Amino acid sequence: MPQVSLTVNGTQHTVEVENRTLLVELLREKIGLTGTHVGCDTSQCGACVVHVDGTSVKSCTMLAVQAEGANVTTIEGLAAADGTLHPMQEMFREHHALQCGFCTPGMVMSAIDLVQSHPEGLSEHQIREGLEGNLCRCTGYHNIVKAIAAAWPLMHGKTMPAAAE
Amino acid sequence: MGHEGIGASVRRKEDLRFLNGRGHYTDDMNRPGQLYAYIRRSDRPHARLGAIDTAAAKASPGVVAVFTGADMAAEGIGGLPCGWQIHNKDGSPMAEPPHPVLATGKVRHVGDPVAVVIAQTRQQAKDAAEKLAIDYHDLPGAAGLREALAPGAAPVHDEVQGNLCYDWHIGDKAMVDAAFAGAAKVVKLELENNRLIPNAMEPRAAVGDFDPMSGDYTLITTSQNPHVIRLLMGAFVLHIPENHLRVIAPDVGGGFGSKIYHYAEEAIVTWAAGKLKRAVKWTAERTESFMSDAHGRDHISTAELALDKDGHFLALRVSTLANMGAYLSTFAPCVPTYLYATLLAGVYKTPAIYAEVKAVFTNSVPVDAYRGAGRPEATFLLERLVDVAARETGIDRVEIRRRNFIPNDAFPYQTPVALQYDSGDYTATLNAALKAADYAGFESRRAAARARGKLRGIGVSTYLEACGIAPSAVVGSLGARAGLYECANIRVHPTGSVTVFTGAHSHGQGHETTFAQLVHEQLGVPLDQIEVVHGDTNRIPFGMGTYGSRSLAVGGSAMVKAMDKIIAKGKKIAAHLMEASVEDVEFKDGTFTVAGTDKSKTLTDISLTAYVPHNYPIEELEPGLEETAFYDPKNFTYPGGCHVAEVEIDPETGVTSVVNFTAVDDVGRVINPMIVEGQVQGGVAQGIGQALLEHAVYDSAGQLLSGSMMDYTMPRADNLPNITVGTESTLCTHNPLGVKGCGEVGAIGSPPAVMNAVVDALREYDVRHIDMPATAPKIWSIIQAGRPRMAAE
Ligand code: FES
Ligand code: FES
Repeated sequence: MPQVSLTVNGTQHTVEVENRTLLVELLREKIGLTGTHVGCDTSQCGACVVHVDGTSVKSCTMLAVQAEGANVTTIEGLAAADGTLHPMQEMFREHHALQCGFCTPGMVMSAIDLVQSHPEGLSEHQIREGLEGNLCRCTGYHNIVKAIAAAWPLMHGKTMPAAAE
Repeated sequence: MGHEGIGASVRRKEDLRFLNGRGHYTDDMNRPGQLYAYIRRSDRPHARLGAIDTAAAKASPGVVAVFTGADMAAEGIGGLPCGWQIHNKDGSPMAEPPHPVLATGKVRHVGDPVAVVIAQTRQQAKDAAEKLAIDYHDLPGAAGLREALAPGAAPVHDEVQGNLCYDWHIGDKAMVDAAFAGAAKVVKLELENNRLIPNAMEPRAAVGDFDPMSGDYTLITTSQNPHVIRLLMGAFVLHIPENHLRVIAPDVGGGFGSKIYHYAEEAIVTWAAGKLKRAVKWTAERTESFMSDAHGRDHISTAELALDKDGHFLALRVSTLANMGAYLSTFAPCVPTYLYATLLAGVYKTPAIYAEVKAVFTNSVPVDAYRGAGRPEATFLLERLVDVAARETGIDRVEIRRRNFIPNDAFPYQTPVALQYDSGDYTATLNAALKAADYAGFESRRAAARARGKLRGIGVSTYLEACGIAPSAVVGSLGARAGLYECANIRVHPTGSVTVFTGAHSHGQGHETTFAQLVHEQLGVPLDQIEVVHGDTNRIPFGMGTYGSRSLAVGGSAMVKAMDKIIAKGKKIAAHLMEASVEDVEFKDGTFTVAGTDKSKTLTDISLTAYVPHNYPIEELEPGLEETAFYDPKNFTYPGGCHVAEVEIDPETGVTSVVNFTAVDDVGRVINPMIVEGQVQGGVAQGIGQALLEHAVYDSAGQLLSGSMMDYTMPRADNLPNITVGTESTLCTHNPLGVKGCGEVGAIGSPPAVMNAVVDALREYDVRHIDMPATAPKIWSIIQAGRPRMAAE
C-alpha cells in the first residue's frame, strides 16, 4: 500500500492508504479527525471542505495520495491553542449560523477562503454565489450570509468598503 | 429572570463543539473490533426474488458474513412495524402488509434492501456486495398514484389487490352536499403536492454492538427518538427486552422527520452484532439516502369550495390520493389523514367540510412525515383554492381572507373536522405581515420590474397548523399505537448545579440552550451550571422524541412539572431549616424566603441539605433533590400566521426568483427569539425549495430519476432571499409555558405564498393554477404558450 506524508493542523503524519483512499477518509478514519464530514457522494454538498495549502478543497474529491507533502487545515485546527475561536467561528456563533452543525465545518472553511480571497470586499450577492458549493438544509443560509459579512472586517482588520455592501 | 431566561436571544451552548469539529455524530463513533456493513439494494422497481448466490461475495477479501432475508426469516426476525392504524369508511382496518427487514419473495422499490455484506473495511464490504448474484424476475411496476390505482395494475403486495391501503373520510358529507346545492358560487381546483426527499445533510448511520457477557445490545443511530426505536425494534423486530437494549442517538445532523422512523439498517446492524459478537457499522452513502430515507408529500387532490354571494365560505369538499410507497413507514398512515384532513378548516370559519383520502401502495420508497407532514399539503390546497376563489369572485385576495377568518372572540373554536383551536389572532398576523412586506407599495415595485423587463408578483398565505403532538387518549382513539406524552427528569446536584434529562431529542433545534433557559427562569440557576442530556435510553427515563414541533410544548411542559416538584420539595426542606411553616415559604430567583421575615436560603443551601441530611425532616421526606415528570398534552397547539412572498420572473428564461419573503407567525410564547427566527428561516427555505426547485421524480416503471444531488435540486444560498421573520403571539391556553411550537411553520406557510405570487406574476397570461415546483422550463412554457389576456386586470 502506498504511503502518504502530510501535515495536518501543524502535525506531521505518515499513513498507509489504498490508491483509492480519499483525503476525507484519511482525515476521518486514519487520523481520527472527524470534524470534517461527508454529506454526499457526488461532490455537491461541501460538508468535507478543508484547506490544502491555504485553499479550500472538497476533501471527498481529492485522493489521499494527492495530498503528499501538503499542509492541510481542518476545522479542528482553526481555533487558537488557548481555545480562542477564529473570527469566522465566532461570527457563526454570534449570528446563529448553525443549527444541526453538520454542514458547519465545511461551511466555515469555505467561508474563510471566500473572505480571504476577497480583500476588496464582498457583497451579499457575492457571498451567496461564493457558497454555491456548500449545502445547508437547516438555516436557509440567511444567518450564514450575515455571519460571513460580519467576519470580513474582523479578518481584514478594516471596515468593509461601502461599495461592496 | 434577567437576560438569560425566557425571551432572551442567548447564544447557543452547543455551538462550541460544532464550530470546533468536536460534535459526536453517529459515523464519528467507532467501537473496538468494529466491522462494516454494506447493503445491496434492489435496482429494480418490482421483481420476484429468485436465488441469491452469495459464494463469491463470501470469498471476497475481508468478508466476515453475508446475510439475506431468508437468514433473518429463519431466525424469526419480525418485520418493521407500523405505528398507526387507520380505518376505512366501512370501519374495517387498513391493509397492512408485512415489511421485511431484508426483502423476501419480492423487491418492491428501487432501494429495497436485499442482502448485507459485513467485512473488515467499508470498501471490502462494498466490493464484495457487487459480487452478489441476485436472480430477479421483473414484474410491471408503478410509482405514480393514478398508475397504481388503474384497473389491472400489478399489486405491490400480492395480498392487496388494487393497491389500496385505505379509503378513509372525515366530516359531514350530507351537510356539505346540501351547502354546495345552495351555493351562489363553486370553485374547483385539481392540484398535486410534489414528492420531496428530505435530505438532512447528515446521511443516516447506525452502529450495533453486543456484549456476550451481559447479553446487552447497543445501537447508536441517527434518530430523532431513541426510546421509540428501542421499543419498536426491541419488541417487534429483534425481541430484545428493554433492559438489554440501549439506543443512543448522539448529535444528529438534521432530521426534518426523516429520522423518526425505525429503519431496516438499525435492525440489521444490531442483529448482526449479536450474531457475530462484534460491533457492526453502517453509514449511508447519499445515493442510498435518496432511495431509502422516507420521502415526503406526494398527493393528488380535487378541492371544491362553495361560497355565498358575498364570498363567505359555505363548505369545502376534498378528495385526495396519497402515496404510501411500497411499505408502510412507521407513521405514514396518519400523515394524509389526521395530520392533513383535520387541518382543512385552516384559519377560516367554513361551517361544513368533508374530505376523503385514498392511500395507495406504489413501487416507490415509503412516504412518511417530512417537515410539516400533512399540514403543508392542507395549507397548499386551501391557500391556492382561496386565491382562485378570490379571482373568480372578483373579491380582493386579502379581503376574502379577512371576511372568512375565525374571529378572535370565537376561541375556543370547534372546527367541523375534529380539532378545537384554543387561541389565535389571524388579523393581527395578517396586518403585521402586510405591513412588514410593504404590501401596499407593491404595485410600484411591479411597475418598476416591468420597466426592467421582469414579471413581478406578490402572494399571501394565511395558515394554521396543529402541533405539539399530542394527547395520548385522543391519538389512541384515532389509531396511534403509542402515547405522545413526554418525560423529563431534573436532577439538582448537591452543590446546586442541574442536569436535565429529556426525552426530546435535539438535531439542530438548540434544546441544550432553550431548555437551559427554562431551568434558569424557573430555578434561578446560572446557565453555565445547567446541562441538558438527551438521546440515550440508558440515561433518560423515557421519551417520545422530537417531531411535530413538540419538544417545547410537550417536553418543556414536562420539565416545568418536574421543576414544580423540585420547588415543592425544596420548600419543605427550607421550612424545616428556617423553622417556618411550608405555606409561608416562597421561592423566587433561586431563593427560598419566609414571608414577612428576612430569612432566606438559596437553592444551593437546600440541595446541599437534601444530600447531606443531618438537619433534615427525615421522617417525612426522602433525601435527595431529583424529580421526574411525564406530561401528556391536553390538546394540540395551533401556531399560525401569514407569509408574504414576492417573486420576479424572467420571461426570457422562465427563472423565478423570490426577491422578498416575510413571515409573521404566532408561535405562542417565545423562549429564545434568535432560535425561533432561525427555525422559521430554515423552514421557509425548505418551503421555497418545494415551491420552486425540489421534486422527486420516478419514471412510469418506478425508476427513481432524481436519485442524486445532481438531479434533485436542493436550495442553495443563491436560490434564496433574505427571510424577514416576525412574531405576533397569542399564548397557548393549555400548557404551562403558553408555547405553540415553531419548527414547522416555515415549511407550512411558505409554499402557497410563493405559488400565489408566481400565479400573480403571470396574471397577463391565462394561468389559473401551477403545480409545484415552478421550475424554469415549466414557467417558460407557460409564457410561450399563454396569450396575454386582452382585458387589463
Ligand atoms: S462530501 Fe459532499 S462535497 Fe464532499
Ligand atoms: S446547520 Fe444543519 S445542515 Fe447546516
